Amino acid sequence: MSENYRNNFLKEVEERVEEGHWVKMCMQCGVCAGSCPLGPHWAHPPQEIFMMIRAGKREEVLTSDSMWMCTSCYNCVVRCPRKLPITHIMHGLANLAYRLGLSPKNQTTQKFASMFWNNLAQTGRVNELKLSLGMYFKDGFAQGIKNAMAMQSVGLGMVKAKRLNPMELFGGHGIKDKSGFHAMLKKAREIEDRRKNFA
Amino acid sequence: MTEVIATNQTILVVGGGISGMTAALEAAECGKNVVLVEKNPALGGRVSQLYRYFPKLCHPICGLEINLRRLKQNPRIRVLTMAEVTEITGGEGDYTATVRLAPRFVNENCTACGECGKVVDAEVPDEFNYNLSKVKAAYLPHKMAHPQRYVIDPSIIGTADADKAKAACKYGAIDLDMKEESIQLKAGAVVWATGWKPYDAAKIQPYGYDRFSNVITSVEFERLADIHGPTKGKILRPSDGKEAKNIAFIQCAGSRDENHLRHCSRICCMASLKQTSYVREAYGDEGKSTIYYIDIRAIDRFEDFYQKVQKDKTVTFIKSKVAKAVQDEKTGDVVLHGVNTEGYHRYATPHDLVVLAVGMEPSVKGVNLPAEIVSDSSGFIEADPSNHAFFGAGCASNPLDVNRAVQSATASALRAIQVVNRVARVEGQ
Repeated sequence: MSENYRNNFLKEVEERVEEGHWVKMCMQCGVCAGSCPLGPHWAHPPQEIFMMIRAGKREEVLTSDSMWMCTSCYNCVVRCPRKLPITHIMHGLANLAYRLGLSPKNQTTQKFASMFWNNLAQTGRVNELKLSLGMYFKDGFAQGIKNAMAMQSVGLGMVKAKRLNPMELFGGHGIKDKSGFHAMLKKAREIEDRRKNFA
Repeated sequence: MTEVIATNQTILVVGGGISGMTAALEAAECGKNVVLVEKNPALGGRVSQLYRYFPKLCHPICGLEINLRRLKQNPRIRVLTMAEVTEITGGEGDYTATVRLAPRFVNENCTACGECGKVVDAEVPDEFNYNLSKVKAAYLPHKMAHPQRYVIDPSIIGTADADKAKAACKYGAIDLDMKEESIQLKAGAVVWATGWKPYDAAKIQPYGYDRFSNVITSVEFERLADIHGPTKGKILRPSDGKEAKNIAFIQCAGSRDENHLRHCSRICCMASLKQTSYVREAYGDEGKSTIYYIDIRAIDRFEDFYQKVQKDKTVTFIKSKVAKAVQDEKTGDVVLHGVNTEGYHRYATPHDLVVLAVGMEPSVKGVNLPAEIVSDSSGFIEADPSNHAFFGAGCASNPLDVNRAVQSATASALRAIQVVNRVARVEGQ
């Protein structure tokens, strides 16, 4: 019976977002918003996002940059009086927005997340040199040179301390059975798509 | 040795607060014999520590006086103070309770003249004032204490202070050789009215009750407002004794929180609404009360009271669960941080004093109960047939205000009476 009153977007969130079934449990006390160290910098604090989901504001929620601002500090999770896994829901919402192509373009966290994934998925290992260079140059060549110059001493220090290998720029190291690894990722993606209705 | 006459037709009432007193009186006035066991040196419980009741804002002294009068004129009630039930065995109609009696060091000759208190130098924390002040180690628990008899704190036994007190007593009331005793008594039914305790506010880490002197609990605020309290009824803040005119009340401090108490304590909304009237009484239009709440639960007919407080211009309501409190070292002010969910405004507001409306935790929680008693997930005793003749009353069974606690106690007395009536029929008397 109560199913009839649940709007389509809430249903969608419950089906397609990690831990999305918790959204209905929020009692709008606002302690998550007050506890968030990045609180003043987001458009919508978590309890507002939850209310917007329940109000069916699909477009506004999924195009928002709010869930991309979460740094996973878990302050909200430990204080939530209803024990909502808020951090996980935020990441789940961000993931859904990305998969639907609605997430804000060029949002730094999102850019980094997709770069990290692509970097890792290629060889099975994270190529830190390519990853950080990719981040430096994400806003164009001139900005990239500026960023690289600013971080120069850190980079050289890491090379000296053997924490960074400049040769990684050419190919880099990887795992043994790459094709097996790619097959595993493909299978995992298939399962995930089926579960979340992307198939 | 303390002699108590009790049979299987006796009703044992554990806890001498408003619920226990009511259950004992109702049963005794129906002709049943009752033993009333109280852990503290005097009856009255937490109600005696309140400044005023809601919704009528009368003083609890009034209700206590009526009950004490009924009690004093009823020969069927035997009162044991400084007594704790440690074990109950047996079953419905045939229970045996073990009661531990702590020594008071003062016998029934005491006239409460107060001479012993005058000569004793040592002071101990005053539990009646939630340890906000000190009291002489020979003391009367509070002005309306029943029995009206002094207590010698065990910490001075064996010191010169104890001998001084004994020498000062003209009535031979001080007996320094009293020892702890353990007695056993029979009962047909047990009414468990051990009441509640305020939730340990130090566990709510972001509010800093254990770190900030100007963050206090609602029960402590009651003592501040009371003329017999540590500040003689003036609302002064603990850090510097300054008049606290700008006071914040934080609702659901511990209640409705899976990390603390999962139940709604029911009384705290009304208690804070009531306490705003203390601020108005003390400072008139200069006082300022701010209530931070999730939602106000002024149940049923108390809605009128809520509306009356809403009309008061000195009271502000902010719909928000406060995220954290920080005390400014220099000014002593406590700054509250959070987000007002009506409009999503971020605030950082300083207050002179912050009062945490702490939740009710059943005192029975964590106590080694005699039998396997069915209680709910918060520790309140359920009205369950498998509890047989062991009945929860008042706040041992639910978070209740005084009015509802008295109703609950009367109901439990009726259940206990039915049990001892059955016993009487079987025993043929």
